[in-house]
Amino acid sequence: MISAFFIFNQKGEVLISRLYRTDFKRSIADVFRIQVVSNSDVRSPIITLGSTSFFHVRINNLYVVAVTKTNANAALVFEFCYRFISICKAYFGKVDEEAVKNNFVVIYELIDEINDFGYPQNSEIDTLKTYITTESIVSTNIAAEESSKITTQATGAISWRRADVRYKKNEAFVDVIENVNLSMSAKGNVLRADVDGHIQMRAYLTGTPECKFGLNDKLVIDKNDKGQSDAVELDDCRFHQCVSLAEFDADRTISFVPPDGEFELMRYRSTSNVKLPLRVIPSVTEVGTTQVQYTVIVKANFNNKLSATDVVIRIPTPLNTTTTECKAPTGKAKYVPAENVIIWKIARLQGGAECSIRATADLTRTTTRQVWARPPIDVDFQVLMFTASGLIVRFLKVFEKSNYQSVKWVRYLTKASGNYQIRF
Amino acid sequence: MASAGQDAKFFQRGKIEEFRADLQAAESKDKKFIKRKTVLKKVVANITMGNDMSPLFTDVVQCLGTPLLEIKKMVYLFLMSYGRSRPDQIHMVIPNFLQDCNDRNPLIRALAIRTMSYIPIPEVMEALSDNLRHCLKDRDPYVRKTAAICVVKVYNADPRRAEKGGFVEQLRDLMLDANATVVANAVAALSEIGDRQDGVIFKLNLATANRLLAALGESSEWGQIYILDSLLRYVPERHADAETMAERIIIHLNHANSAVVLTTIKILLYLMNYMENRRLVEHCCKKMGPPLVALLSSGPEVQYVTLRNILLIIQRRPAVLKNDVRVFFCKYNDPIYVKLAKLEIMYRLARAENAKEVLAELQEYASEVDIDFVRKAVRSIGRLAIKVEAAADQCIQALLNLMENKVTYVVQEAIIVTKDIFRRYPGQYEGIIPKLCEHLDALDESESKAAMVWIIGQFADRIDNADELLDDLCYTFLEEHVEVQLALLTATVKLFIYKASSERAKTLVHKVLKWATEEVDNPDLRDRGFMYWRMLAINPSAAKDIVLAEKPAITTDSDRMDRGALDQLLLHTGSLGSIYHKNPETFIRGAIGKSLVDSPALNAHSRMVLIPLAPTALPPSVVNVTGPGPIESHSSNLVDAEALERPPPPPPPESKLPIQPQTNGDGQQDQSTAEVSRNGNSSEPEDDDDDVAPLPKSDDPYANLAGAFGTYMADEPRPMAAGGGGGRGRNDLDDLLF
Repeated sequence: MISAFFIFNQKGEVLISRLYRTDFKRSIADVFRIQVVSNSDVRSPIITLGSTSFFHVRINNLYVVAVTKTNANAALVFEFCYRFISICKAYFGKVDEEAVKNNFVVIYELIDEINDFGYPQNSEIDTLKTYITTESIVSTNIAAEESSKITTQATGAISWRRADVRYKKNEAFVDVIENVNLSMSAKGNVLRADVDGHIQMRAYLTGTPECKFGLNDKLVIDKNDKGQSDAVELDDCRFHQCVSLAEFDADRTISFVPPDGEFELMRYRSTSNVKLPLRVIPSVTEVGTTQVQYTVIVKANFNNKLSATDVVIRIPTPLNTTTTECKAPTGKAKYVPAENVIIWKIARLQGGAECSIRATADLTRTTTRQVWARPPIDVDFQVLMFTASGLIVRFLKVFEKSNYQSVKWVRYLTKASGNYQIRF
Repeated sequence: MASAGQDAKFFQRGKIEEFRADLQAAESKDKKFIKRKTVLKKVVANITMGNDMSPLFTDVVQCLGTPLLEIKKMVYLFLMSYGRSRPDQIHMVIPNFLQDCNDRNPLIRALAIRTMSYIPIPEVMEALSDNLRHCLKDRDPYVRKTAAICVVKVYNADPRRAEKGGFVEQLRDLMLDANATVVANAVAALSEIGDRQDGVIFKLNLATANRLLAALGESSEWGQIYILDSLLRYVPERHADAETMAERIIIHLNHANSAVVLTTIKILLYLMNYMENRRLVEHCCKKMGPPLVALLSSGPEVQYVTLRNILLIIQRRPAVLKNDVRVFFCKYNDPIYVKLAKLEIMYRLARAENAKEVLAELQEYASEVDIDFVRKAVRSIGRLAIKVEAAADQCIQALLNLMENKVTYVVQEAIIVTKDIFRRYPGQYEGIIPKLCEHLDALDESESKAAMVWIIGQFADRIDNADELLDDLCYTFLEEHVEVQLALLTATVKLFIYKASSERAKTLVHKVLKWATEEVDNPDLRDRGFMYWRMLAINPSAAKDIVLAEKPAITTDSDRMDRGALDQLLLHTGSLGSIYHKNPETFIRGAIGKSLVDSPALNAHSRMVLIPLAPTALPPSVVNVTGPGPIESHSSNLVDAEALERPPPPPPPESKLPIQPQTNGDGQQDQSTAEVSRNGNSSEPEDDDDDVAPLPKSDDPYANLAGAFGTYMADEPRPMAAGGGGGRGRNDLDDLLF
């Protein structure tokens, strides 16, 4: 199990150090600094020296580090680091050196609460917030009854929800967010196209509501009414702790008592019939050894009532590029020498529209003719009210014993960031 | 959102005297205790920065009188850091602890025992014992779950006290607690105590295992992991028991937490060894695939853990991921460790149907920048040619195209794999030899040089200027690495046999034999030199039959690990051992090994390849059989028999670690210990087969332990000290750190 937990800044200074076990001294932190922080070529998130293993996760120039001397469950250790990061986000709004330093006392409280002797414990943000706060008015005199409520919740079957939640207006917001991953070969064949989706929910509901959630999941729809063809095949679903897995396994109903506020209800993957919102057609020619010419066409492949926003197309240039010339009738294009890319930004692209860029990159002569690796063109974008998988929320029902009316909102968003790649 | 703190200003180095003065000043006129809070925050910041604050012990402890939880927590944090080093002063705080242990507020009670148990000195343990006993029966579940973990801490500090105090029995009772969180922590605590070499034996029977399963649904995600993990301690006696259990836990594959998913997979794989129903086994395999793939959209660290595990799982259960090679294609911006792990899986999943796609990807990777990645991609192309006959032509073409770019490491990799391709398809591709010879000057690494020398020697009859080439290569004979020297020796002998009439070949072989036997210190080289020399002198025609004997065709069957070893390794799914593909007892001091336990339900094949646990945690350093030498069957049989008689061997309680004599070179010692266990693995199953029908050797695809990439270990994830490489040995390193 985890013996020690550290946070380092980029310089290798210790911002948080908690030794859960006596098998390490604080000086173990120096070993990590030498092996990882000051090493420019770290090739693994896990380093084992002798019997000692360091696990690290990087976030905003910080290293979140767990150290162990046992054959620890690696997935658990990393999940714990991720959870720590998300708790910090919820508490402090951001996770960086400033936030950690400004809140170090609270962080010490937190890491003693969510981890005891190296064993991760209850880490539901909603519950933690009831008894670990950043306001410094906590006194010993919290009523014992109040504490009992907290402890029951922290250890209970529904550890993620308080019982006494009240809202005047009962609302639930559902955001279906899909990340499209694309890898297209130079010949225009789709090597892989899949969707990583997650359903984010914000529940502002009174009491202990039971929710039932319905999707156009192929397995459900095929069973009930045959003939409908817009069903989506989900390769895999993973659910928040609150969803009853037994019920899902039995008849694929998603039923749960939601945590209060925002949480991620489920994650899913879809690989069949992925609708690619943008088609990118590059044509790149190397003219001798001194110039590269580009023509890149982008087509918006969806309903013309919708539009793609924040489209950013990154076109790689050879390392020995000196100057570039870009002609983009739509949007703005700029050469960024530090990253060896031409960045072409289009604020808004209507469905069905098409636009193109022409560019040339002039190269210096180099003594050793090294082959240009030709990294892929990468596209980022967002399309609101569109799902690449075709997923639709069919219903969300809320049952509560007081039988109130609730308002539900559903929003869809498909986006690509860093994984929509076209080779050329 | 809670308002953000403003404590960064306290992150400054301070002096003990200043803090002491500030604390004393704070005793008066400290409204709302703001002054004390400020000083304490500074103290905590200094502890974090590594400044020794222990001289402030008495001053800080004074603050416990303050009725403010925040201050109490900071003082407790101080005590957890320095309490251990102040046994003479700790009595000052014990009354405060005792008072808190009996507080009305359950959070305070839990805080008190949690803090006390973090200070493992007799004074505190003494005071804790009675309270812990009460807290284990507290009416509040939060206190009970905290107390359960406290028991491990007490056990680690003082095993005898914990046993005498009856805490272990109390933990056992907590396994039947009504609250799932308490159950989970009790299980975690018992598991750790059970894993100690001097600990109690922790096994589960069917009834208890079922009770735990009932708690599974209500546990937190972490609790689920502890409970699922403990199911390895349950040995099914009937097929039906294993099958029912698998059906009950399979739903947890849909959990969002990757550790829950991987632990569930571990248990399913374990239970499959005890199942009979083939359809259920297939069903389980089918169910495991999608969640594993889904984990690849987690953070890169979890992706890495998943990929390394997938690599093991598909060797044992290929049905889990059969048609999914595309999901393992590398993204341009994947971290390097993810890319390397994916590459290996792509190779394993390659078949005739998808070879073209895979090859196209590999060619793409061969033009990237990271040298390790490129080399491994090139090597994979060659391995693909060997594995999939239908793709061999295209792979060779791809390799030739890559060599044309004249990037030296690409050329060298390509030549290394080409050698194996020649052996796999004799008589088919020798036409490309002239093209290979063009790159002779580019070779500066011993492995590729040796491969090229082998090619020249083997096909000396078809290469017109073979004698010239070898003569050139021999100029630097005495400076070469031994690998190259051996290759040169054999190659010149082959040349001589092919072209016995050539005067040049005769002088060359004479020269090399003389060097090998007279000028070189390496015994292998010398022995081989003498052997060739005598053979050529006594009976040249026999020498021909021996040296140019037909070589057994190479196959990729040896890519898979030995099945018994796999079964054993899969018991560590998700853990560090699964990342390094090593049993934890071979690289972690004090770690205990796991092995399948025989029962009437264990299926016949699993039993046949079962590797019983070695009796000690670390392989004894006195055995140093390395390499493919004769295996001392007596000793290994003895070991087996002992291990079978008493599976969990209780070594003497007082010596936790076998003391290793400091023999010559620590690095070497480590290597040899690793070798011993490998040898043990591959030889023992055969020794055990006496009463069972022996396995038909050629049909068993798991006969070999070698990895898919043979000797290519440059990027193999491994614990650093165990890798040898002239580094420090394990003992040295531990001394250095602690």
